[in-house]
Amino acid sequence: MNKLKKKITLAKGKWEELQDNKDPVIYVGAASCGRAAGALELVDEIERYISENKVNARVIQVGCIGPCYLEPLVDIKMPGQPRISYSNVNTKVLGHILKSHLLEGQPFARASIGNFSRETFMDIPPLFEHPMLKPQVRIVLRNCGIIDPEEIDHYLATDGYQGFMNALKMTPEDVIGAVRQAGLRGRGGAGFPTFKKWTVCRNSPGEQKYLICNADEGDPGAFMNRSLIESDPHAVLEGMLIAGYAIGASKGIVYIRAEYPLAIERLKKAIAQMKEYGLLGNNILGSRFSFDIKIKEGAGAFVCGEETALIASIEGKRGMPRSRPPFPAISGLFGCPTIINNVETLGTLPNILRNGAEWYTRFGKEGNRGTKTFSLVGKIRRSGLIEVQLGTTLREIIFDIGGGVQKNFKAIQTGGPSGGCLSEEFLDLPVDYESLASAGSIMGSGGLIVMDEDTCVVDVAKYFLDFTQKESCGKCIPCRVGTKHMVEILERITHGEGNPEDLMTLRNLGDTIKKGALCGLGQTAPNPVLTTLRYFRNEYLEHIKDGRCRAVVCKDLIEYRVIKEKCTGCQSCVRVCPTGAISGPRSEPHNLDPTKCIKCRSCYEICRFDAIAGDAIVIRTAEKRS
Amino acid sequence: MSEKMRSIFEKYERSPDQLIPILQEVQREYGYVSPESVKMISRYLRVTENQIYGVSSFYAQFRFTPPGRHSIKVCLGTACHVRGGATLLEMLERELDIKCGQTTADRRFDLDRVACLGCCALSPVVQIDKEISSRMTVTKLSELLKKYE
Ligand SMILES: Cc1cc2nc3c(=O)[nH]c(=O)nc-3n(C[C@H](O)[C@H](O)[C@H](O)COP(=O)(O)O)c2cc1C
Repeated sequence: MNKLKKKITLAKGKWEELQDNKDPVIYVGAASCGRAAGALELVDEIERYISENKVNARVIQVGCIGPCYLEPLVDIKMPGQPRISYSNVNTKVLGHILKSHLLEGQPFARASIGNFSRETFMDIPPLFEHPMLKPQVRIVLRNCGIIDPEEIDHYLATDGYQGFMNALKMTPEDVIGAVRQAGLRGRGGAGFPTFKKWTVCRNSPGEQKYLICNADEGDPGAFMNRSLIESDPHAVLEGMLIAGYAIGASKGIVYIRAEYPLAIERLKKAIAQMKEYGLLGNNILGSRFSFDIKIKEGAGAFVCGEETALIASIEGKRGMPRSRPPFPAISGLFGCPTIINNVETLGTLPNILRNGAEWYTRFGKEGNRGTKTFSLVGKIRRSGLIEVQLGTTLREIIFDIGGGVQKNFKAIQTGGPSGGCLSEEFLDLPVDYESLASAGSIMGSGGLIVMDEDTCVVDVAKYFLDFTQKESCGKCIPCRVGTKHMVEILERITHGEGNPEDLMTLRNLGDTIKKGALCGLGQTAPNPVLTTLRYFRNEYLEHIKDGRCRAVVCKDLIEYRVIKEKCTGCQSCVRVCPTGAISGPRSEPHNLDPTKCIKCRSCYEICRFDAIAGDAIVIRTAEKRS
Repeated sequence: MSEKMRSIFEKYERSPDQLIPILQEVQREYGYVSPESVKMISRYLRVTENQIYGVSSFYAQFRFTPPGRHSIKVCLGTACHVRGGATLLEMLERELDIKCGQTTADRRFDLDRVACLGCCALSPVVQIDKEISSRMTVTKLSELLKKYE
């Protein structure tokens, strides 16, 4: 313990030096999303600039602070000034920013979105007053985008591992009691009270117990867990120590999907640092608690997020779920008592143990305590990773934080492929486990996909079902055969070949699969279809009766047209058309032969982006069937 | 047995739960899981070849034919879907004249779909080798392909 205390004192000193910097510090948001937006090129460019201009500055790669739509983000902290954040930085703007701020000491206000202090600084408002950040309550994400995720010292200096040290001073039963009092429910989807399964596991006989961190995050459209691991890996690992101590496990495993290479790399580094600091191994910090953490990479199967399938996968088998009981808490990995917790559940624990259970209950509401992270994506103005108190309404999330929808709002899908698609009348629904369930959806892991009038809900329902059908492991018949059948019906409807009885068949099939499937994958797979049938029945009927797709998405129900009055005859579309469907001499309106058109979008894109051509090509829904 | 395989085995215990990590490393080294490597893994772990094929074919990650020079992965996550990911995949299937999951005859490209790359705010995205390109359009993608030989 004393050795670590010394390290903490050193870490705090290092951190203060960074806040009281003598030389400029430049922070670049370089999580996966930042990198996809070009963050690493910016790092190279900054390093080159610094050495060329002989400036004594430090460059630090941080994780993701959340507003992905503003990426890449670069912050500059000059000595004696607050850290100032710049958004949508490209190499050209970067040149201006560096010249003005780094060389001349004058913040480049035009590209900045805020400063890290509480007050306005040289006309730049506080970052956390930004409309996307202000309504958020950042507990799990408190360090994300702020500290260097590869520096255990940064984590220690921001009170990291304090929660674990507090836990070590308590009995495991008291730790479980604190988690119970805090009201923490599992963030992996089902919202099962964490203390309950811990208690079962703690009381199960067995020398060897396991704690597994579920970082499989297979929901398409969700990236909260990836972002947390990439931006603050120690928070999750500290949570594993606390959970391991509480349930009496000596081995921890992080099961993480292979599609997340950067998160895996960060975890490996963080685990090595923990070993160096004496936070893993035998008799940690002089206590009787011994713990080790290993990483297991997933191999690309959504169903392996389900706990019994996950266990089968770690054991080297096909990742197929089995029926429960016995629950993993009694008989799990290699037959030993095993607890599986989600990344975010674990990332919440250090905060509860550091600040106390009572503190945690101040957030959220009765029965739904604390905060939840969401990835807010789709047709939303301000997309990104957010954290709000449970009980916040969908309206606050979409309009206050997300800044509203690009066109007219149509629907929001919560819970990914296992969740439901909710219409406008649900905008004032509080986001908590029970309210979402009563609307036919689920909380799920936290993907929120916003749709506007250009999104076809039938197409989206088909998309989700097609996903779960492909990911079905094939073990139980309702899921294997039932989902396939539902996809086929939806295919027909989107091709304009449906009939009115299809809607009844879909509902019956959906209800049967929900009741009969073996695991959560099948039991929730029909949700997107059932909810859209309930809330958007008219759109289904339009596809079936009128052969119309009002969102202009379903390919068989739309057509491409040249608007003669607008077409200048520039021939751009003639050149890109892969099937020779467009013809016509230069400077004269072109012809589009619908029998040759494969609706590939090439002409539409080129027409919209070509200043000469304007927008003479339109995609529209086909004429009403007679 | 090849030197490479031996050095892979040295890192893993002779225990059936090591099967997936071994397969993953074999694929990292060779680009795919060949019949020969399956034989060797079978001998090392003392599990049947059938079992190994049973496990490896369950997981989307493993491939059983040599990869092309570049791998294209079109993200079909939800956010990418609502912003036109499927159109990108169709365009690639047409331009490269292969179906998703196949390799071009000149071995220039592999074409695959991926459930989600987790860059949803920048959708639609396409990954070519290690590089992720965001906010893709049919036209931009067609240009981008030219960079790869
Ligand atoms: C098909 C399917 C996929 C799942 N995927 C995940 C996942 O990616 N991450 C996760 O934490 N939980 C996932 N779960 C839920 C887990 O089975 C389990 O309930 C959860 O990890 C428990 O952790 P918690 O109590 O901390 O929420 C999935 C469940 C099902 C049925």
